Amino acid sequence: MKIIVNGQSSDVAADLTAEQLIESLGLTGKRLAMEVNRDIIPRSSFTTHCFTPGDQVEIVRAIGGG
Amino acid sequence: MAAVISQSSHSGFDTPLTIAGVEYQSRLLTGTGKYKDMEETRLATEASGAEIVTVAIRRTNIGQNPDEPNVLDVLPADKYTILPNTAGCYTAEDAVRTCRLARELLDGHKLVKLEVIGDEKTLYPDITATLEAAEILIEDGFDVMVYTTDDPLIAKRLEDMGCIAVMPLAAPIGSGLGIRNPYNIRTIVENANVPILVDAGVGTASDAAIAMELGCDGVLMNTAIAGANYPVLMASAMKKAIEAGREAYLAGRIMRKRYASASSPIEGTFF
Repeated sequence: MKIIVNGQSSDVAADLTAEQLIESLGLTGKRLAMEVNRDIIPRSSFTTHCFTPGDQVEIVRAIGGG
Repeated sequence: MAAVISQSSHSGFDTPLTIAGVEYQSRLLTGTGKYKDMEETRLATEASGAEIVTVAIRRTNIGQNPDEPNVLDVLPADKYTILPNTAGCYTAEDAVRTCRLARELLDGHKLVKLEVIGDEKTLYPDITATLEAAEILIEDGFDVMVYTTDDPLIAKRLEDMGCIAVMPLAAPIGSGLGIRNPYNIRTIVENANVPILVDAGVGTASDAAIAMELGCDGVLMNTAIAGANYPVLMASAMKKAIEAGREAYLAGRIMRKRYASASSPIEGTFF
């Protein structure tokens, strides 16, 4: 199925969890936050949260800024 | 100022800056953008003495060399108070989303710097959107430090809404134009019951000193340090300027007079 991750269309397995998505992006262990369709997905739910086709996923982190 | 305080102990004149119930010795807050690399970020932040540092929230695939450490590795949250900002947000909704993501990212951390930008050329805040976002964030339990214009009425309104600090601009973000409207900054300070920090517009050390001499509780800056030829040296200069300006404010400057007033006694001259 297709979901949008950080603005880019991605083809992913239908049973992919949020944790697996983060792993596939090489972001495991990084300090980050996720929102799906503008709702926060708590980090405690990453292992159980699954996506639905067309989900808009944002994965963010802190960077230098003023 | 209480006359009983000994002048020999100048530290007795001041009280720490208190933000959301936490006391800080430094009145200089720094941004972490625009540095050459993370090492320069770390060194300049250390030289500035800042205890509160701002960060931006961005997509994981944007704006950072993957081989570099993250800003939070270099400036860890157990050593610095991390102040996530909403830079780049042009709507109240985006600012609120950004703050909620930051809170999740920082394990429930409630302190945020709210800025809702209205215009690319000036980066002036959109005040109506700022008020809207501030209301939602305060209701949602955030401690909001708010970037605003130097309008005393808006500054007071943001305080009355429950913002824990009000941060008027001195001049446009990154402009280095200095304190363009000292009278308004002074009025905002006089009216306030929450900390007032100049945020944006400082160009060099004297600008920071002027902000503090006007009675501001602190200054937040980024470009003035990161954009200097030698950022670590400028960070050190800013630290001293903030301290000098604060002490001068507490000491109470002399009145301005048009004509001279001799410093040496008139009596006892032999000529």
